[in-house]
Amino acid sequence: MSNSKIVTLDDLELLKEKGLNLIYPTKTKISVGMATCGISTGAREVFQAISEEVQNQKLDCVLSQTGCLGFCQREPLVDVIEPGKPKVVYAEMSYDKVPELITNIKNQKIKNEWMLCQIGEKYSPRLDGIPFYKDVDFYKKQKKIALRNCGFINPDCIEEYIAKRGYFALHKVLTEMKPKEVVDMIAESGLRGRGGAGFLTGKKWQITRSSKGKIKYIICNADEGDPGAYMDRSLLEGDPHSVLEGMLIGAYAIGASTGYIYVRAEYPQAIVKFLQAVKQAEEHGLLGKDIFNSGFNFEVRVNKGAGAFVCGEETALIASIEGGWSGPRPRPPFPAKSGLWGKPTNINNVETWANVPVIIDKGADWYSKIGTEKSKGTKVFSVVGKVNNTGLVEVPMGITLREIVYDIGGGILDNRKFKAVQTGGPSGGCIPESLIDLPVDFEKLTEVGSMMGSGGMIVMDENTCMVDVAKYFLAFLEDESCGKCVPCREGIEKMREILNNICKGEGEEADIELLEEIALTVKEMSLCGLGQTASNPVLTTIKYFRNEYEEHIINKRCPAGVCLDLISYSIDAEKCNGCGACVRPCPTQAITGEKKKLHSLDQEKCIKCGACYETCKFDSIIIK
Amino acid sequence: MEVEELKVKKRIKKYNNEKKALISILQDIQEEYNYLPPEALKIVSKSLDIPLIDIFGVATFYRTFSLKPRGKHLITVCLGTACHVRGGPKILEEFKRKLNIKAGETTKDMRFTLETVACLGCCAIGPVVVVDGNYHSQTSIGTVDSILKKYRKK
Ligand SMILES: Cc1cc2nc3c(=O)[nH]c(=O)nc-3n(C[C@H](O)[C@H](O)[C@H](O)COP(=O)(O)O)c2cc1C
Ligand code: SF4
Ligand code: FES
Repeated sequence: MSNSKIVTLDDLELLKEKGLNLIYPTKTKISVGMATCGISTGAREVFQAISEEVQNQKLDCVLSQTGCLGFCQREPLVDVIEPGKPKVVYAEMSYDKVPELITNIKNQKIKNEWMLCQIGEKYSPRLDGIPFYKDVDFYKKQKKIALRNCGFINPDCIEEYIAKRGYFALHKVLTEMKPKEVVDMIAESGLRGRGGAGFLTGKKWQITRSSKGKIKYIICNADEGDPGAYMDRSLLEGDPHSVLEGMLIGAYAIGASTGYIYVRAEYPQAIVKFLQAVKQAEEHGLLGKDIFNSGFNFEVRVNKGAGAFVCGEETALIASIEGGWSGPRPRPPFPAKSGLWGKPTNINNVETWANVPVIIDKGADWYSKIGTEKSKGTKVFSVVGKVNNTGLVEVPMGITLREIVYDIGGGILDNRKFKAVQTGGPSGGCIPESLIDLPVDFEKLTEVGSMMGSGGMIVMDENTCMVDVAKYFLAFLEDESCGKCVPCREGIEKMREILNNICKGEGEEADIELLEEIALTVKEMSLCGLGQTASNPVLTTIKYFRNEYEEHIINKRCPAGVCLDLISYSIDAEKCNGCGACVRPCPTQAITGEKKKLHSLDQEKCIKCGACYETCKFDSIIIK
Repeated sequence: MEVEELKVKKRIKKYNNEKKALISILQDIQEEYNYLPPEALKIVSKSLDIPLIDIFGVATFYRTFSLKPRGKHLITVCLGTACHVRGGPKILEEFKRKLNIKAGETTKDMRFTLETVACLGCCAIGPVVVVDGNYHSQTSIGTVDSILKKYRKK
């Protein structure tokens, strides 16, 4: 494949042209969102149906696929692009809608009810009354930098990445800039690490760069362990080349010729897509020796994680790449001085790397104008849980929680009452309604006892029990603690036991103080970030939702109706109309009653599985 | 399934008998056998010259490794935060009840293994259940039965 090697700017321009023709072909193009979120909702079946139906109806068109456009809740998404017209995005497609879809395309018809939006304002709208992408509530306040290409290009196609100015930044860096200039530019941009702690990326690069040693490494941390956060998956699946280009630029700046990426095992498709991107880059000479004739060499190795949360911590991750299971080690020395195989190693998160090419391309000044004083740029959040519009959103730092939850997220599911937003994963905390106008950046989240973390934002409503949430995180951390430090190992277990008792109705008034005491010890005496932050979920829920703890302890009640030992199911005599829908789903035959007459629920038989609650259309099952 | 020494050795050779490739080698073996058979681990220990106890250390430290044979179908219920608040634990309870096993166990007929995971990266469409690599989104207590039915026949 030597003829496809990219050596000069002209080569790059040529492929850009080719890529543009693929993105905007001269005939009809149908593209299906095939990231894991799309596939989970049936995108594969939709794709299959389209390819069959296109043949059946003899539609002359191009069939393609793309990554995740962020609005995962409305997947599967299907794009229809006609030359010279805005792209039409259909949401919630299913295979049975496909024949009609293809017939409509043949007849130049657009189905209003299926449409999410149209994209391409430079054209006159295909349909009045259907919003353009930028005007859809979910997208209006977003600014996509890291996610710039996700859902817009075919991730299997390096030409489409190049069409979106991909690898132009790398060309500029390798042919026009000295490594130090690159480091300075990233430093000036104010970019901070997106993996959790928010360390200044330029500063970290500088330290690794100036560390002694001929051999240096860079690592991309794609372990994405925070449950509820999935931006790294989406990036690797939807735009793997952006991460790769970021790594290449970083490697040049730092002086590394080998890079590693450590991807968690739970992301099979991300691994496949990234490996493919590596292969394409190799074939085009963008990886390997003498890239762009600059004398710069770089190769990438892909490591698959094996399911240990603590391996997201940099020193544990390095130990894992080395083949072991030693868990975190004390720092200093920091990896920048002594990391992989004892060599200076620069480790950054997936999203951090994905930002790099854009900063080079558009300038440090441009980037540093976005965001707040100390937190520059944008951040990708996964807005999930009890909110109407769930998905991945990329917003400028400094946007308020309210804007994210209500303007973008569309408010709380089923019009229930908002209770809290959980950020920062197991290291973070729960932020209550009173702080909903908090501007979101690294500092502000830490101030209120939570953390930025990797960007999970789990919205909780009145049916979420905050004691249960604290217990949930502790159970998670108890499982994941590597066990090296006694306070982390024992403290987390002890706190989890206390919370277990509280949830069972066996809590005592002194428990809250005891929890706080243990929490502070674990915080101060643990070696790595896992232990140091493990108490945050407990401390923030006590701080902001103390009354909920007291309800459990004093009145033996779970106000949210979650803790099984403190609740019972019953039927609301006013609302039940005897439709009988709940009788069959009940696995223990606890519900009986004649049709059209008030049903009754036998508390003795009830196992509180929730099947009746789920089926009742009249809200007549009461959980108290 | 019988462990063939040659087959295991071939996998190890793929990584040039390098110690640092231990995790990848174990991943390959697990892919082949569905779990890590003790015989295979002994072969790995000899070939890489790593004490067996250290190999068990790695195998138990990482959650994706299983030292017990798994059933024909692997059911993984997500208990990540987003799935948790949307009712993941209830889905798990329903699977446990229907299969009459605990999480981490395999049914007697070796048909189903039930496991949990803390996030699969599909948090927007939870609760998520994966069976043999096939994702099921927005599951409810009611869908557990239909999922099981589909795989009972297979
Ligand atoms: C327990 C623990 C888990 C972590 N998990 C991750 C992770 O999944 N992904 C990640 O990028 N960083 C994770 N980190 C942070 C890394 O140690 C490291 O700071 C980060 O990868 C640096 O990249 P950044 O500067 O680009 O943020 C974790 C830290 C701790 C203490
Ligand atoms: S704080 Fe916990 S997870 Fe971190 S090294 Fe200590 S025991 Fe291991
Ligand atoms: S929390 Fe279940 S997929 Fe992320």
